[in-house]
Formats: sequence, structure tokens, C-alpha cells
Amino acid sequence: MKRVVVILFILFITIESCETHSNRIEINNTVESDKKIETYIVPYKNNVDAQMDDVLSYSPVDYDKKNGVLNTAIGNMMADVTLKLSNPIYNTRTGNNIDFVLLNHGGIRSIMSKGDITLRSAYNLMPFENSVVVCQLKGSDLKELIDYLVIHKKAHPISGINIVLDKNYNLLDAVINGEKIDQERIYHVATSDYLLKGGDQMNFFKKSKKNISLDYKIRNILIDYFKAVDTVSFKIDNRFIIKD
Amino acid sequence: MKRREFIKNSLYSSLILSGGTLNFNSCSDPTKKKITILHTNDVHSHIEPFNNTHSKFPNMGGVARRSTIIENIRTNNPNTLLLDAGDIFQGTPYFNYYGGEIEFKLMSMLNYDAATIGNHDFDNGIDGLYSQLPNAKFDFISSNYDFKNTIMDTHAKKYMIFNKSDIKIGVFGLGIELQGLVTQNLYKETKYLDPVEVTQEMTKTLKEHEKCDLIICLSHLGHNYKDNPNKICDVSLAKSTKDIDLIIGGHTHTFLNKPEIITNINGEKVIINQVGCFGLYLGKIDFYFDSMKNKTSNAYAIEV
Repeated sequence: MKRVVVILFILFITIESCETHSNRIEINNTVESDKKIETYIVPYKNNVDAQMDDVLSYSPVDYDKKNGVLNTAIGNMMADVTLKLSNPIYNTRTGNNIDFVLLNHGGIRSIMSKGDITLRSAYNLMPFENSVVVCQLKGSDLKELIDYLVIHKKAHPISGINIVLDKNYNLLDAVINGEKIDQERIYHVATSDYLLKGGDQMNFFKKSKKNISLDYKIRNILIDYFKAVDTVSFKIDNRFIIKD
Repeated sequence: MKRREFIKNSLYSSLILSGGTLNFNSCSDPTKKKITILHTNDVHSHIEPFNNTHSKFPNMGGVARRSTIIENIRTNNPNTLLLDAGDIFQGTPYFNYYGGEIEFKLMSMLNYDAATIGNHDFDNGIDGLYSQLPNAKFDFISSNYDFKNTIMDTHAKKYMIFNKSDIKIGVFGLGIELQGLVTQNLYKETKYLDPVEVTQEMTKTLKEHEKCDLIICLSHLGHNYKDNPNKICDVSLAKSTKDIDLIIGGHTHTFLNKPEIITNINGEKVIINQVGCFGLYLGKIDFYFDSMKNKTSNAYAIEV
């Protein structure tokens, strides 16, 4: 009778030593590169590196997430562009529209300098592989989301929602697309899969009734937007402000 | 049967007692045939290593390094299979610019034997996948995507059989449901067939008709959906079927420190392994075949 004996190996690469073996070999800088493969990659790498400098659009000013208190021009760009490019996809798939967008300030990974916007700019701005997910939150569950923004006092990128605070950072008003929040309604909120999974402690997303992944990376949203416009133009506005 | 149970149990206890490190005297036995299965999943166009300032995976990965490791293993054991569980595409500008050309060419240089198809492999549409096939010297295996009404028709195998030192290894492949995950205009008329039903058909073919000694499922279903227990995954597939020896998983980017062992409907053990993503790790599982007479107790045995 033929039998199979399966031996699961545990440790590092000492392949033929019988004492310790591995089932998961870490590929790190202790492993020498295969020169044949490395050489083969070079022309592709050079070409990609060159293309990363392809100009997609133009930035008339320096954009920096540090410029602004509760909203920043670069954050407004991220949120507005996410809404603009995600909504047609979401609408086609579900028949609904995205009500508003919430991303995170920490997700803006670089400045965007005045001058040409290249593909590399998009990769620097958004190096992560995060994609857009649309959550369905009940109006009554939005309190927790708004409280989060009020408590953190941070310029998390938002679009479609307006929040007004008083001088003591107390909430005065929060409206979605100009309308009061209906406690019973289901709101369609676009965010990133990172935040959905509780990133930046945005735990309120756990109350979502349904999550629909658009399988559209935020970086690709930026790239697609940059390709479509000659010059970007975003400003700090009144979407999240302190009223004197 | 009792002896087999004893052998299995002693393996598990030794796994637990030794904290995952096993000592073998069996592997020096020259009468045993050793089959090495190497695997990757969700490499996502990661060609170069992450740089040393990367916050999560500094200095890790890289195809050129993977090549060195694979060549060393093959030199030691020519009876080696190299498999990929899908999502070869998408994740670095290499994919944006070459559409998968360099990924397939490098996998060919590394002598991959086969790969299954992940959802991101449709990112340039089914036509984009098809157009890169001439760059792949390895085969694609998909048992539950019916490509009949698509350009991929006849370009993916339902299963493959590899012979290594007279050991017959049957490999079949499972893809995830594309609806809701990939836009339909990308996958077009690709039909998703039920993974459990397809597995029953495949294991019947590979076990009963082809008399394979080892059956491997290359899966892009995902490891385990705890929030959605009704969604088919590697764990539920292993539990609800029979005759699979090894499931090589993907899709969920699950970093398993060691393979997971699941009991199937016949009470037999199924090994599930998945090595995260981005080519950071290479999975390696060695199967030893012998006549059972001189088996050491530190081994996990499956009757075939």
C-alpha cells in the first residue's frame, strides 16, 4: 500500500539538514539576488522609472496637508476626487448615490509641489494599495462618526458633508448635501478599506449594514483624475469650520 | 487504520510539544521519495524588494532573491513543483506599464509549473490576460471558471498531472466568484462554477480515474471569512470535500506561520497553506512517500 508521509518544515532555509526545516521561507536581504534575473529587470526598471516621471497634470501651488486647520486643500482634493470618480461606479452597480466621503488625514503621504504632477506624485501621495469601499450607515449611527471628527479636530478629508463648530469646538451643525441628517435614512458613505477595518480607530464603520467594495484603488482614482485635467485647483473651504 | 491514526496523533502532539520545530531522522532515509511543493500567492506585480525605509516590509521580497532560493531547492531536490495561487497582476507600476508581461516572463524564468487565476488577473480585462499568455511558459489551471464563451477558451486547464519519480501529482485550480468583485465588462462571459461541486468532480477524476498519489488544490477563494461564514473559503472547502491533500491558498493575503490542518468529510487531514502576499515569503511543503513499514512517528500520514 502506498502512503504519503507529509512533513511540515518549520524553521529557516537549512534545506537539507534534517533537524530544522521550513514551510515558509522569508525572502529578505540575507538572500543573494540571482544576477540573471536582476539584469533582466534593469531595462524594465529604467523604463518604469522614466515613465514614473511622465507628466499627468499641473499643480499651480504647493499643496501640503499641514496647511489648514479642519480642512486642507490637498485633503479636499482627495475627498472630492474620490466622490467624483467613485459615484458613477457605485451608481451603476447599486442604483444609489454616494452621500459623502470620509478619508483620513494620515493617508495623505506627501506634499504635492507646485509644478508638474507626475505618476510618481500619485504614488508618493498614495503609496498604499487601499481601495474605495462604500458603507451603508443609518442616520442615527452617523452621530458617532461626527463625534469622532469633532473630538479629533483633525483635517480628515471629507466631501459631501458640512460640519460647523463653535469656538469651544462644540458641534453647532452637521448637514449632508445641505440637508439635515435623517435619523432613519441609510446613508452611503465612501471610505477606504483601511478605515473600514478600523484604521485610525474609525470604529463607527463597524455599524455599516452593508459594505460594497468598488475595487478601485485611491491612487488609481488620483491618477485617473490627474490624467483628465490640465491643472488641479482645490482650496480650503467651509466644509469643516469653526464659526466665530 | 489505527496505526494511521496513531501516526497522525503523534505528529500533532509533537507539533504542539516542540512549539512547531520538528526533529526528523526520517528524511535521511534514501528509500523515501521526497516531493517538494513550493508556492507563492498574491505577488501583485512586486518585482523588486521593498526598500529599507518601507514601514511594513523593509528589505523584503524581490523576484531575483526568490529565484536564488528556488534554484537552491531544486538543486537539492529535482522533484520540486513551483505553483502560484493567483493575483499575479496589479500592485506596482510594472503592471500599469507592461500589463503583466514582466510578471509572466520572470515566472517563466523561475520555471513555475502552473498558476491559477486570481480576480486581479482580470484587471486589464480577460483580453489583457489573454494577450500576456505568450509570455507565460507555465500553464494556467482553472477548474471552476468556464471560459467557453470567452477568448480564454482552451487556454486554461481544468487540471494537470505532474509525474515526479513515479509519483503522480494532480493539481486543480479554484477561482473566487467574480460578480461584485470584478466589473463584468472585464471578465465578460466567464462563468463561475460552484467550487464544492467542481472539487467533487476534480477529486473523483484525479483520485479514482487518474490514481494520483497527491492531490493539490490551487485556490484563490480566500482563507476564511469569519464575518461571512456562508462564503466559500479554503477552510470550508477542506471541511466539506474529500481527497484533497493540500490547498494552496490566496486572495485574503493571509500570513500563516505554519500550515493549518483541517479534517475533511472523511475524517482525513487536509493541509492549507498561504504565504501572505507581494512575494515576501516562499511556501515550502515536503511530502515523503514510502511503503509505511519503516515510518517514523514524527510524521503526518495520509493513506492514498
